Amino acid sequence: MSLLVYTENWDGKFKKLSFELVSYAKAMADKLNLPVTALSIGNVADDELKQLGNYGASKVLNVADNRFDSLDNKALAEAVAHAAKSENAQIIIFSHNNVGKAIAPRVAVKLNGGLVSGVTALPESFDPFVVKKKVFTQKAFAHVQIDPDIKILTLAQNSFELIETENNAVTETYDPQVADDVFSTTVKETNKVTGKVLLTDAEIVISGGRGMKGPENWGQLEELADILGAGLSCSRPVSDEGWRGHEEHVGQTGKIIAPNLYFTFGISGAIQHLGGVSSSKFIVAINKDPEAPIFEAADYGIVGDLFKVLPQLIEEVKKM
Amino acid sequence: MKFLVLISNVPDTTTKIRFVDDNKAFDTTGVQWIINPWDELALTRAVELKEAGGIEKITVANVGESITEATLRKALAVGADDAIRIEAKPKDAFYVATQLAQVAKNYDVVMVGIEASDYNGSAVGGMLAEILGFNSVSAVSGMNIENGQLSLTREIDGGQQKIDVETPVVTIVQKGIAIDPRIPAMRGIMMARKKPLTVVPAVDAEEKTEYISFELPPPKAACKLVDEDNVKELVRLLQEEAKVL
Ligand SMILES: Cc1cc2nc3c(=O)[nH]c(=O)nc-3n(C[C@H](O)[C@H](O)[C@H](O)COP(=O)(O)OP(=O)(O)OC[C@H]3O[C@@H](n4cnc5c(N)ncnc54)[C@H](O)[C@@H]3O)c2cc1C
Repeated sequence: MSLLVYTENWDGKFKKLSFELVSYAKAMADKLNLPVTALSIGNVADDELKQLGNYGASKVLNVADNRFDSLDNKALAEAVAHAAKSENAQIIIFSHNNVGKAIAPRVAVKLNGGLVSGVTALPESFDPFVVKKKVFTQKAFAHVQIDPDIKILTLAQNSFELIETENNAVTETYDPQVADDVFSTTVKETNKVTGKVLLTDAEIVISGGRGMKGPENWGQLEELADILGAGLSCSRPVSDEGWRGHEEHVGQTGKIIAPNLYFTFGISGAIQHLGGVSSSKFIVAINKDPEAPIFEAADYGIVGDLFKVLPQLIEEVKKM
Repeated sequence: MKFLVLISNVPDTTTKIRFVDDNKAFDTTGVQWIINPWDELALTRAVELKEAGGIEKITVANVGESITEATLRKALAVGADDAIRIEAKPKDAFYVATQLAQVAKNYDVVMVGIEASDYNGSAVGGMLAEILGFNSVSAVSGMNIENGQLSLTREIDGGQQKIDVETPVVTIVQKGIAIDPRIPAMRGIMMARKKPLTVVPAVDAEEKTEYISFELPPPKAACKLVDEDNVKELVRLLQEEAKVL
C-alpha cells in the first residue's frame, strides 16, 4: 500500500504546490507507516525529479510522454488510475486547482473511491477517514467522512507548509499504458507567457481595484511587484473594464489564490472578492474609506490615499 | 447539436452562512436561491450560440427537491428550451453525477460551472464524464461552434489554449465563457411558464462521502492600522512581525 501524489510542473520546473502536496502526503504517510510515491507527467529533468525526494517521496514515477501535453483529461485520469493500481495506492492527492479539479473526479469514479475537494488540513482521523474542507466559498468549513477504501483528496493551495526531509527517492521511468485512441483533444493554438510569476504560485500578490482610477496608474503597482518578486492581480470590475487582463481577476468568479501576503490598493473587499483571497496568510489594505469591508479581512492597513502611499512604499521596499 | 446545461441551486452569494442542528446542517432560513453563478454563465453562452444558429436544443437539468423548480423556471426564462428535475435530495457529488448520467447520455455537449458556490466540490462534471465515458475539458473560458464542430478556449497556467475536442463531451466552464449573465426579459418569463419541466425519478446510487459537521472560521483579530504618513512602520511590521517581506 502507498500514498500517491499527482505533481505538476511549469515548463519543466515543479510548481511549489508539488512540494506542498508531497510534504502533506509524507506527514500522513508517517502516521500510517506507508511510503509516498509521486507521479510526474511531462518533461522534467532528472535532478528536478529528485527534488521531490527532499519532501518525502520515496519513489518518483516519471512519465515523459508528450502525448499528454494536450492535457486530455480522460487520458490523464487513465494514467493516474494505472499508477494508483500498480502502486496499490490507498490515498491519492491532487492540488485543488484547475488540473486537480479536472482529473481527481474522474480518477475517483475509475477506482470506485471517495473524493473530497478543497481539503485544508491533515485528516482528523483515519478510521473513519475524516477531513476538513472549505465550503461556501471560504466562508465556512465542513468535516467530511470518506467511506470507500480508496480516498482521493484535492488539497487547497497553501494550506500545508513545505517540510524537508532526508532524500531517499528513486526515480523510475513509467509507462501508464494509455492507448492512442483515448486521446481526443487537439490543441490548435497556445498563448502563454513564460518567465512571469504564476499568480497561483506567487508568495506575494499585489492587487489593484477600482480605487486605482484607471489603467494608466498600474505602473506603480508593477514597479512594486517587480521589486518584491510578486504576482499582480485585480478585482473583477478592473478586468471587466479592460484595465487589466482577465487572467488577473481574483475572487469568487476569478482565480482563487492564497499567497503569504495579499496587498490591496483601492479594493473595497466585497464578499465575492474575499471569496478568492481570504486564505491568504496576511492581508494588507490601503483604502481611503475607513468603513470599507476590506479592513475586516485585513491584518494590517492604512486608511488613506493610495496615490500618496504607493510612492512612499516603493521607496521603503527599495531600501530593504 | 444538443446541449445540456447543469444547474445547481445555491444560496445567493451574499448569504450570511449559519448552521443549525448542532452544526450538522446549513441554515436555509430566509435564504434566497439562485442559479449557481458559473452555471448561469454557461447557460448564457449556450443561449448565445443557439441564437447564432449552432444549437438544436438546450435542456437544463438539476438534481433536487421541488423547491429548485423556481430556479429551473428562471433558467427557462433565460432561454433554455426545456428542463429536467431529477427528484432527489442531492447527497454527494457521485450520487448527483450518477443521477445526471441517466439524462446526459442523450446530449452532445454538457456544460457545467467550475464549482457550485455552496459545497465547492468541483466534481460533478468530471465524475459525470467518467461515468458516461465522455471526454471532459476543464477551465473552459470560451466556446464556439465552427462548421458544426465545437471549438473551445481553455485557461492553462500563464495563458490560454484553443482546442478541438470530439463530442460527446462535458465542458467545465469558468469566467470568460460569457461576459455578463443574461437577465430574463418579461417575454422570456412569460414563455418559461409554458415550457416543459419534466420530473424524473431518482435511480439507486451510492453515496461515498458524508458531511459530519460544519464550522465557521474563528473571528479574525482586528486590523492593525498605520498612519498614512508612516508607511515605514507598515514595512517594518510586515518584515518583523508578519515576517512576509
Ligand atoms: C455573483 C458575483 C460574483 C462576483 N465575483 C467577484 C470576483 O470574483 N472578484 C471581485 O473582485 N468581485 C466580484 N464581484 C463584484 C463585487 O461584488 C464588487 O463589486 C467588486 O469586488 C468591487 O471591486 P473594487 O473593490 O475594485 O471596487 P469598489 O467596490 O468600487 O471599491 C473601490 C475602493 O477603492 C477605494 N478608493 C477609491 N479611491 C481611493 C484612493 N485614492 N485611495 C485609496 N482608496 C481609494 C474606495 O474607498 C473603495 O473602497 C462579484 C459580484 C457578484 C454579484
